[in-house]
Amino acid sequence: MSHDPHAAHGHHEIEMPHASMRDYVIGFVLSVILTAIPFWLVMTMPLSAGATGAIIMGFAVVQIVVHMVFFLHMTPKAEGGWSLTSLIFTVIVVVIMLAGSLWVMHHLNTNMMPMPHEPTSQTVGTTTGQVP
Amino acid sequence: MSAKTITADAPVQFYDLDEHAHPEGHSTMLGFWIYLMSDCLIFAILFACYAVLGGSYAAGPAPKDLFDLKLIALNTAMLLFSSITYGFAVLQMQQGKVKGVQIWLAVTALFGLAFLGIELYEFHHLIEIGATPQRSAFLSSFFTLVGTHGLHVTFGIIWLVTLMFQLSKHGLIAANKRRVMCLSMFWHFLDVVWIGVFTFVYLMGVLR
Repeated sequence: MSHDPHAAHGHHEIEMPHASMRDYVIGFVLSVILTAIPFWLVMTMPLSAGATGAIIMGFAVVQIVVHMVFFLHMTPKAEGGWSLTSLIFTVIVVVIMLAGSLWVMHHLNTNMMPMPHEPTSQTVGTTTGQVP
Repeated sequence: MSAKTITADAPVQFYDLDEHAHPEGHSTMLGFWIYLMSDCLIFAILFACYAVLGGSYAAGPAPKDLFDLKLIALNTAMLLFSSITYGFAVLQMQQGKVKGVQIWLAVTALFGLAFLGIELYEFHHLIEIGATPQRSAFLSSFFTLVGTHGLHVTFGIIWLVTLMFQLSKHGLIAANKRRVMCLSMFWHFLDVVWIGVFTFVYLMGVLR
């Protein structure tokens, strides 16, 4: 771990995360790789759409973690653990909100009465087939 | 303060009567982090809106017809470069070099401006061909999400320029170091949001 030059000063210096060239370079190289591969996958399409989607979502999650660790200097001990606590709380709220919105709105859409002026909707196609 | 030992005859203290020390800025970093988390919630809501509305084209253009991935790749590169150049500014600050900090902040601002320029060019092009925010729910949510991110970058650049003036006036005083670290968090956080934007909006949009 990095040395702590602030410990001797007591309360006079503000505690700041110690950054190093190594961290930034590793973070940057990883980000470039994790950005280039998804763009390459979508632009040249060597795989099926479903597999490509799953892979680029996985890469996005990994890249977010890389940025958190190497650029935002996120450690479990930062600010006495309160940074990580607030991050975990935020992630929980975000997951509930995203999953809940998608779930509710998906059901709302599928249970909606079919509308006559919606040619792209799937429900219209199936119900108009039964009309005659 | 807190380090009082309780003896049998002394009355038990349930709270501190004396105000303990609050050195200036000692909680700024954590406070700013919590602000960023609240900003994260704003973006999460906009992402949720886009996820719900992103498929409603109203018989208008779809992402496949609109997005130019080469342009987005260039844009992403600009933001990534600006992230590492900001890192260099922080490293210069740790070595106590004001000039170095200012140079790297200026380089970061240039990359940020390049990002904004490309984004505005894209928006201008979309509006010109009729893909305006009023066209469909997909385009409304697209412009709101990506526009909010662009607005954050704009304010980040204003902050960068302000900080360069503060640095030239006062040098690397404790307050300025704190500001450099707060803007560092803000700038890297915007890059994190952009990962979500280019993956879920642009790449997934072209796939769909």
